[in-house]
Amino acid sequence: MSPQVYGTAAAIEGQTNGRDDNTVERLSSTVSFNAYRGGRYTHVDLGFSREEVLEMYRSMLLQRRFEERSAQMYGKQKIAGFLHLYIGQEAISTGSVQALEVGLDTVITAYRDHGIALALGMTANECMAELFGRVDGCSQGKGGSMHFFSRNKRLFGGHGIVGAHIPLATGIGFAHKYRGDGGVCVCYLGDGAVWQGSFHESLNLAGLYKLPVVYVVENNQYAMGTSVQRAAANADLYKQSAGYAMPGSLVDGMDVFSVTRAMRDHVAMARSNQPSVVEIRTYRYRGHSMSDPAKYRSKEELEDQKNQDVIIRLKSYLLDNEMAANGALDAIDRSVKQEVNESVAFAESSPLPPLEAIYDHVYTEKGFPFLR
Amino acid sequence: MPIAVEMPKMTDTMEEGVLVQWNVDEGAEIAAGDVIAQVETDKATMDVEAYDDGVLLRKVAGEGDALPIGALIAVLGARGDDVDAFLSQQADHKPPPVATEKPPASPQVSTPQKDALAPAAAGADRAVRIKASPLARRVAADHGLPLYQLRGSGSGPDGRIIRRDVEAHLSHPAAAVTQPDGYESVRVSQMRKTIARRLSQSKFTAPHFYLSIDVDMEQAVASRQRLNSQAERTGGVKVSYNDLVTKACAAALVQHPAVNSSYVAEENEIRQYNYVDIGIAVAIEDGLVTPVVRGVDRKGLTDIASEAAALAQRARDRKLQPAEMEGSTFTTSNLGMFGIEDFTAIINTPNACILAIGAIRDVPVVKGGQVVPGKRMKITLSCDHRAVDGALGARFMATLRGFLEEPLTLLM
Amino acid sequence: MAQLQLREAIRAAMVEEMDRDTDVFLMGEEVAEYNGAYKVSEGMQDRFGSNRVIDTPISENGFAGLGLGAAMCGLRPIIEFMTWNFAFVAMDQIINNAAKIRYMSGGQFSFPIVFRGPNGAAGQLAATHNSSVESIFSCFPGLKVVSISNPDDAKGLLKSAIRDNDPVVFLESEFMYGMRGEVSEEADYLIPIGKARIAREGDAVTIVGHNKSYWRAMEAAEMLEADGYYAEVIDPRTIRPFDWGTVARSVRKTNRLVVVDESNPFASVSSEIAFQVQSRCFDYLDAPIRRVTAKDTPAPYAKNLMTYYMPSAEDTYQACRDVLYLD
Repeated sequence: MSPQVYGTAAAIEGQTNGRDDNTVERLSSTVSFNAYRGGRYTHVDLGFSREEVLEMYRSMLLQRRFEERSAQMYGKQKIAGFLHLYIGQEAISTGSVQALEVGLDTVITAYRDHGIALALGMTANECMAELFGRVDGCSQGKGGSMHFFSRNKRLFGGHGIVGAHIPLATGIGFAHKYRGDGGVCVCYLGDGAVWQGSFHESLNLAGLYKLPVVYVVENNQYAMGTSVQRAAANADLYKQSAGYAMPGSLVDGMDVFSVTRAMRDHVAMARSNQPSVVEIRTYRYRGHSMSDPAKYRSKEELEDQKNQDVIIRLKSYLLDNEMAANGALDAIDRSVKQEVNESVAFAESSPLPPLEAIYDHVYTEKGFPFLR
Repeated sequence: MPIAVEMPKMTDTMEEGVLVQWNVDEGAEIAAGDVIAQVETDKATMDVEAYDDGVLLRKVAGEGDALPIGALIAVLGARGDDVDAFLSQQADHKPPPVATEKPPASPQVSTPQKDALAPAAAGADRAVRIKASPLARRVAADHGLPLYQLRGSGSGPDGRIIRRDVEAHLSHPAAAVTQPDGYESVRVSQMRKTIARRLSQSKFTAPHFYLSIDVDMEQAVASRQRLNSQAERTGGVKVSYNDLVTKACAAALVQHPAVNSSYVAEENEIRQYNYVDIGIAVAIEDGLVTPVVRGVDRKGLTDIASEAAALAQRARDRKLQPAEMEGSTFTTSNLGMFGIEDFTAIINTPNACILAIGAIRDVPVVKGGQVVPGKRMKITLSCDHRAVDGALGARFMATLRGFLEEPLTLLM
Repeated sequence: MAQLQLREAIRAAMVEEMDRDTDVFLMGEEVAEYNGAYKVSEGMQDRFGSNRVIDTPISENGFAGLGLGAAMCGLRPIIEFMTWNFAFVAMDQIINNAAKIRYMSGGQFSFPIVFRGPNGAAGQLAATHNSSVESIFSCFPGLKVVSISNPDDAKGLLKSAIRDNDPVVFLESEFMYGMRGEVSEEADYLIPIGKARIAREGDAVTIVGHNKSYWRAMEAAEMLEADGYYAEVIDPRTIRPFDWGTVARSVRKTNRLVVVDESNPFASVSSEIAFQVQSRCFDYLDAPIRRVTAKDTPAPYAKNLMTYYMPSAEDTYQACRDVLYLD
């Protein structure tokens, strides 16, 4: 199975064996595998107004332009450390946020966290300032690219250690249930993290305690440079759910509407304390990080994926359904670019943290006697 | 802009000097030429003069510190100059440290430092590797007690000085000084180092042999008495036996220039001097020095006497300048005043010979078949066999005896 | 005051805090149905129900992280490790998440959580079950580390730890669970974290020991008293933050220090104490600082080897005599 075949809509189609409904396989009354194929859902099906769809378009475009400019700023040495770009995967962040009650539901992800932060409504300013290591950054310059947090938007972090955040998600779900606040936790992880013990321990605990958590595997097909086929005994990652007696779904991540549909279903399960696994097949155009030339895949593969680009796809949908004219969409792009440019200016002008700030935020307690 | 005051080179053989005393305090206004400190070199204690006007901003060297030539000893400048910045700048090209000496001479407790824990004081202890606990160091410093005074009294492991040792010393100082089965460690001064080095070098490189002769001093004694009673009347200069011997040596050296010489191995030559500069060994408190009387062969006895007396006094006062001790062609050493009848001396290289002078003895002598009282003096010549052979030395000694036994001939 | 076993004192602290605050819950292996591997949580499930006293599968990384996630939401979990040796499989959670996320989030998320369990040697259990973890966790800014030596401290410090808004590593001992002692019954009996206790006053030598080593220090002090020397014994109680002031003041008085620490010697708590005291008390030391530690080896199984491995009161006594220059 080549990566192209593995990740494509056709491959996902194949999982349903040509059946018309979503069900791939039903193992028991609670455990079934479902597929959410691309191109099968309209905005009308999902109850989106034209304005809402345009807003989704803008959301994805903001993530795209923000990261393109971030890459440039990295080249200009304004941004240091690791910079993992989300470009190509924006339908997942934007699509899944449509399924959430932002402010109640909680979100936690790994280090490729810029997209979800912006999709949740964090500002380009606070995100760019964080990349620049400035005091106005969302983590006050203490976290950088991999560690975006927002208590306000209930983003419980980008996390740098693969798999480390998955037990946290389980605990956040535990807290939702313990408090009975009705919220659910959506935990994004990469295809590589599936093979950490923390994923399996978490699924077991969530299944055991019936926790309101959706584990979303963003399968961009490469764990750094290792393709899923080279890492997985069973490359159908969503089927891992069966081991923990919970549903698993496979979603075409190149269609934002498919993502929304799937996430609405799974968030609903979580609200009734049924944890589950969602595998969303997607593709990152860029290397793993800025220092990755991505020589492990062919140009043809990359071009093939770019032709299915999530933003181009939604743009075609808008034009084909006469929901917006080219000019209006260009205006959105200009406004997004403007917002991103302003975020760079904002980050540039934001001060560096004062040296004494190094001792801030280690402990809640004031006056901790650090060794100095 | 601050100015560095460095350890000057004061003698041609000096490699390091001990700053024995500061003459000015920090903050004092200094004019170029002012004597700001005294430094003990291998040869003498000498004045350090300031070369610039300014305020003495900081004494970098402490009293007792041994420092190589070029080492920073003080900082001069204008009030308000940033000394610390200057020092850290200087630190980059600081000469390597030399083992530090303790303050000389006086075994008295020195005045406590302003800051008992100042780096200079701590450094001084460290350099002589006194093992002491930090607490012991602090207690000692609080009482102005230099740790070196406790050397050997440590009762901790490996002789570490610990608090109880310091306290024992403070309550019974004598007990700590008197050591039942030990020894008292005495500092090796710069002068002693020089004596040790130069005399070892002489004895190990110059093959010594010795020629002794007994001189009848009867006439010399009589002549000296006459000269001195005359001087007493006129207020003139009194002449010592040593002056007489010095004059006689000069006369004999003129006749035997091969004895007035140096063997210079590096140049593959023997230098025979056409002048006679005689070094006279003078014992001083903790060593000896050899000031030089110049041109003895061309000087009268009274000139020699007054010059020698002045030099000896300056030597005892430690006021001799290095130039006054350099360049002798021959040396005499006299222990007669201690009753020593005869002895041998080690050659004061690069001289080829040194004359050891014993006491004038009253001895019975046979004169005209009668046993009568006589005056005799033994003198011994140490010769560097590389320059002077036995026969040559013997002829010189015979000539010398002739002059001493007939002192009138010295006037000719 | 009540006479309680140390395990009962810990239980009393947890029960009081769970009564007081419904955000507090206890989670760990065998804590509920089994009543605790060392019977620390006996009866607690009956009292609070299985929603607040929760058994876990053998899944330390998972439930340590679960506790942290819950703490990020403001709950106050008590996570019990059956022993701290088992926490090594949860190191990523404790070191990367508990210690650092507050910092990386610019202070937006904090972790009011207690990780507790027995630490250090527990007899002839061989190497993997005899680890001392205090120096490891104390290395990481963001964590607090408490190590108890008696029932009263156990109660007062655990209550403070549960109320603390930062993650606390709370170190007990299998050997001490049955130890009886007077325990305060005050309603809000809180012993502040970060304050050492001078357990015994003296002027000849300072001995510092925590957890079981505290008792070795006390025994050595008794032996010294027979020689006519009065040792000052300090139980630091908290390893991070360490109460340097109390130890430094004592050393300035006694001029000598012996540290008993059952950890392996390299880069241990005793290493840090020795460094800090020499830098704070350099001019007051009349002897080099001495440490009495476990051997620089894994813990052995054989009885004689295990006895030899552990720091003893006799070794401590001899170290004190050495720094007093008595032999």
